[in-house]
Amino acid sequence: MFAYIARRIVYVIPIVISVALVCFLLVHITPGDPLVAVLPADASQELAAQLRTAYGFDRPLPVQFGLWLWRALHGDLGSSIATGRPVLTEVLRAVGNTVTLAIAAALIGFTLGLLFGLIAGYFRDTWIDKVATSIAIAGVSVPHYWLGMVMVIIFSVQLNWLPAVGAGPGGSGAWGWDWEHMKYLILPAITTSVIPMGIVTRTVRALTGDILSQDFVEALRAKGLRELDVFKHVIKNAAPTALAVMGLQLGYMLGGSILIETVFSWPGSGLLLNSAIFQRDLPLLQGTILVLALFFVALNLLVDIAQAAIDPRIKRG
Amino acid sequence: MRNDKSKKTAAAWLLATALVVGLPQLASAETVLRIGMTAADIPRTLGQPDQGFEGNRFTGLTMYDGLTMWDLSSADKASVMIPGLATEWKVDEADKKKWTFKLRPGVKFHDGSDFNADAVVWNVEKVLKQDAPHFDASQVGVTASRMPTLASARKIDDMTVELTTKEPDSFLPINLTNLFMASPAKWQAFYDKAEGADAKAKSQAAWAAFARDASGTGPWKMSKFTPRERLELVKNESYWDKGRVPKIDRMVLLPMPEANARTAALLSGQVDWVEAPAPDAVKEIKARGFQLQANESPHVWPWQFSRIEGSPWNDIRVRKAANLCVDREGLKEGLLAGLMVPATGTFEPGHPWRGQPKFEIKYDKAAAQKLMQEAGYGPNKKLTVKTQTSASGSGQMQPLPMNEYLQQALAECYFDVQLDVIEWNTLFTNWRRGAKDPTANGANATNVTYAAMDPFFALVRFLQSSMAPPVSNNWGYINNPKFDELVTKARQTFDPAARDAALAELHAASVDDAAFLYVAHDVSPRAMSPKVKGFVQPKSWFVDFSPVSLAP
Repeated sequence: MFAYIARRIVYVIPIVISVALVCFLLVHITPGDPLVAVLPADASQELAAQLRTAYGFDRPLPVQFGLWLWRALHGDLGSSIATGRPVLTEVLRAVGNTVTLAIAAALIGFTLGLLFGLIAGYFRDTWIDKVATSIAIAGVSVPHYWLGMVMVIIFSVQLNWLPAVGAGPGGSGAWGWDWEHMKYLILPAITTSVIPMGIVTRTVRALTGDILSQDFVEALRAKGLRELDVFKHVIKNAAPTALAVMGLQLGYMLGGSILIETVFSWPGSGLLLNSAIFQRDLPLLQGTILVLALFFVALNLLVDIAQAAIDPRIKRG
Repeated sequence: MRNDKSKKTAAAWLLATALVVGLPQLASAETVLRIGMTAADIPRTLGQPDQGFEGNRFTGLTMYDGLTMWDLSSADKASVMIPGLATEWKVDEADKKKWTFKLRPGVKFHDGSDFNADAVVWNVEKVLKQDAPHFDASQVGVTASRMPTLASARKIDDMTVELTTKEPDSFLPINLTNLFMASPAKWQAFYDKAEGADAKAKSQAAWAAFARDASGTGPWKMSKFTPRERLELVKNESYWDKGRVPKIDRMVLLPMPEANARTAALLSGQVDWVEAPAPDAVKEIKARGFQLQANESPHVWPWQFSRIEGSPWNDIRVRKAANLCVDREGLKEGLLAGLMVPATGTFEPGHPWRGQPKFEIKYDKAAAQKLMQEAGYGPNKKLTVKTQTSASGSGQMQPLPMNEYLQQALAECYFDVQLDVIEWNTLFTNWRRGAKDPTANGANATNVTYAAMDPFFALVRFLQSSMAPPVSNNWGYINNPKFDELVTKARQTFDPAARDAALAELHAASVDDAAFLYVAHDVSPRAMSPKVKGFVQPKSWFVDFSPVSLAP
């Protein structure tokens, strides 16, 4: 097991460097001026050149990348061009808010997804399966930003039950796990949860149906096991794949959703990316993408390790 | 005796109960105005805001003052420049590059330090003197470009300062509305405490700290700041202009970049005021009893023509035909729910820089068709033109549907309009590169909206030949000696009334030349709760929050 974990960690290093390089290049090949946030279009050429030098954008790209990577390795992602604030502080604050949202959405989405998936798989081809599958398909198909807007219209504008936007009465800096704050989380969390709910439902349904049709299940039943005990075996066999899917989904959610966070003005990494993109704030954009990519890589690593712990066949491979 | 004791006990209980019940009410007596901005982030708070004029509106003019300011008191009259932290100024008759500004006595920064000539020199140097310890490159772009000729500042005495320009420039007092006075004492206190490898790093740390706990001289003081989420301002009871001490105790600014989210926040009572509500929701906003405020803004939604060799817009008949072929009232009522003012130039009648153009911009399809026929075009020989635009962007209103409207309208006057839609920041960057640059992609017009607050932004940067790329925004390389002559005349006329007359002459000449396809002025719509009282929406990008109150 230790060798397996060590091997997986070694694999992470080239992935991280590649991610850093790709995000640096992607950000730099986009059209537009990286100084657009601080340099109006009517600024003189002399002023533009002066600022380009001040921010180091006059250096060759490999030099810029080398300097950025060196500083990033030392925990310094630079400062935002638009705000002057340290990128790391900005990203960590936003990621913290997205984690809050992702955990709430994961609780809703995974619980419902597992429940609907197991029920649909067990009662395959019955009306129960059809209802659960329809819910899953709806979850995957409905554009979530649209769903968010509809829920805001119903629950905020018409019924006035829940707030439409924001992260608490005093902002996320004053967040607390009480009703006054959690009511701000309900609509964005439900909106975020619909896609993972649909995907987990479909995955677990397929797995359950497949496992139930295998010979060992018949053997277990022939041995006289109660249906509940048989089902426990089914769940254990389905768990590694379901875990991998949920891990990926959690990774996506931790990445933040630009659309959902913009619709609900939720100050997470999606809204931060939105702002960085529109302001062409390259240090902020690079830093945010890098931190999110690292999250994703770390999460995959954890899921791999968890899978190996559950299913010993994996680490032997 | 026992009875007295019981009475005293009862009275004490009553008093305690009254305090318990009453105190929260006393505390909640604070009036709080919550505003949903269109910005995705709080504009910078350190003195020179980013995010264009929305930044100046919310974190510039609230916490800071300039030497000169805008009169925002009237919804009817044009918003003109008035004295601010300077009470009077004059240009040196012998050397017209030198100006003397007399400063307003008795003004203090929010931290209690004095506003004086040293503070003015310090604030000029923060963006112009690269070897000054407090020079901040991040504030240079948004400041220096708005006062392009200012070179330096020198203290004459505590209440007098001399400003020097690179060339004689009568626009300087107007440009100075963009230079906000931050507190040198407060910055120095942060600098003294800052940690950093060198002076530059310490300076950056001091500015970062200043942005979190800012100090200006404005009618609002910073109270709480959560980056990217909210900025809370409280009223400055000691503001130097007693008539502009805010009536509201606290103002909370919330970034809400999505129009539907802003509108929902207003309709659900989460905020009291939103900037630019979703146009589709205007009917519902009004139906639910909310106020919709709008007024003509110093903003122009144009097509800026290429005038390089071979451009079809070099023919004045074609330029005039395009201007006559657009039914602006139809655009206003049919597409924009009334949220625009038809443009008949950069400035409309009543503005001191309007002048008296002879070419009347209106909808006259027959006259437009006649002009096009005279220029050699007709139903069987259409003129192909190409315009670069964006799908969204600051001030762009609804660029795609509006351009498609123009496409259809101009088709009736024998134009074949092709649209080249690109991303907003790219369009904005291309604007500086000009019509000859490959980024123009063969377009012979560009659709970038512009602010028209001051003469340089409204006229000079487009009309003066020396403003052609890469210097400034004369994208189409307009080269008209008459414009150049009038620009020089306006810049070198130092009597304000005569300067305004010269600018009016320049504007009239540009309309007579049909220098742009003038389409619309934005009206800066904002929706607010019926509880909001006393608001005046001036003909400006800015508003004065001081007279606003909240009904219980």
